Amino acid sequence: MVNFIIPENIAISESGFLFLAGTGETFTLNQIGKEIFNLIRSKSSEEEIINSIVNDYDIDKATAHKDFADFISQLKHYSILKEA
Amino acid sequence: MKIAVTGLNATDNPGPGVPVIRSLKMAKDFQGSIIGLAYDSLDPGIYMEGLVEKAYIIPYPSGGLEPLLERIKLIHEKEKLDLIIPTLDSELYGFVKLQPKLNQMGIKLFLPTLEQLNIRAKDNLFKFCEDNQIKVPKNFLVSSLHDLYLLSSKIKYPAVVKGIFYEAYIVNNFEEAEHSFNKLSAKWGYPIIIQEYLKGDEFNVVGLGDGTGRTVGAVPMRKLYITDKGKGWAGITIDDKTIIDLSKKIIEKTKWKSGLELEYIKSSETGEYFLLEINPRFPAWVYLAPSAGQNMPYALVKLAYGESVETFSSFKVGTIFVRSSWDLISDIKTFEQIAAIGEISI
Repeated sequence: MVNFIIPENIAISESGFLFLAGTGETFTLNQIGKEIFNLIRSKSSEEEIINSIVNDYDIDKATAHKDFADFISQLKHYSILKEA
Repeated sequence: MKIAVTGLNATDNPGPGVPVIRSLKMAKDFQGSIIGLAYDSLDPGIYMEGLVEKAYIIPYPSGGLEPLLERIKLIHEKEKLDLIIPTLDSELYGFVKLQPKLNQMGIKLFLPTLEQLNIRAKDNLFKFCEDNQIKVPKNFLVSSLHDLYLLSSKIKYPAVVKGIFYEAYIVNNFEEAEHSFNKLSAKWGYPIIIQEYLKGDEFNVVGLGDGTGRTVGAVPMRKLYITDKGKGWAGITIDDKTIIDLSKKIIEKTKWKSGLELEYIKSSETGEYFLLEINPRFPAWVYLAPSAGQNMPYALVKLAYGESVETFSSFKVGTIFVRSSWDLISDIKTFEQIAAIGEISI
């Protein structure tokens, strides 16, 4: 299982607006993106996050895994997330 | 306290005069009046309500220092100026040379030295950076087409062709380099700088040095919106210790005295900062600094008065400026006063 780290100087508002204080970049996360981001920040494991998504949304586990992997890949691309 | 400030050209290529004045007026304990020194009777700063108490037209330093000095003498007789803050690159050499005479008249200035101005000149910056282990794009100085031909095998494209004072073009082959060389040399003279092109994002820092090597303040900013003239039209303060430490190093090594703007590019390949330019005055976005907690223009005034100024230790990250266009309405009498008489009380 891969653990993820969110750099300290990244702020997220209640609406899901992300601010990377080190570079001045901003991003907007949708509702589920915000939930996943906050779960990662609260140190939830990948499995816990997938279970949370499957419980809260109308989605099967395999699709949730795939979408989660895509989302993580985007966050890493923009330096919002690093692997521990 | 009567302070004269130049650079009231708040146009699409704005001078820093208006934001410097706004910064001074923002300081809670600032008690003084501001005199605007303008080069053009249509400089927008003249027409901004409540900005300057009085405005005077002054001659361009390129027309000779004597007429400029005579004009300042005349203004000084009327206004009893305590301090002049020149804010434009093009007038700094002139004011540095006039400094002893202006000081004799009782007018203070807080300017970089000629040596400091020369260090940051585009043709000297590369050596300064190399000597001080500061990363800078590789560059060649070219003084003739013959030199350019000799360099043709060494230049990797795309490359940047820069004029000695202003303007730069990205070129993709030798023919484009030759074309830009001719254009820039005809306009700005020699040498022309052929610079390595680096891919990355641009970051700027506004800073203030007290002349001893100490950085009084430094606020980094990322441009959020850039005009087709390359001017930042919106920007945000960022939290990056690396760029602040690098800026402090430059101020320390140059013992910089006065305000300055440092322009960097952060390589998208390596994440390292490369110094592009040192601009020897506050930038036109300097009002962002006091808005984020570091009133550097006011600190400069205190330094000019010989007062001790504490080092700013923090600023508010995520402070944004958005520049705007705003039509100022005036009347023919006002315009006549400044255009024909050369001075106006606001």
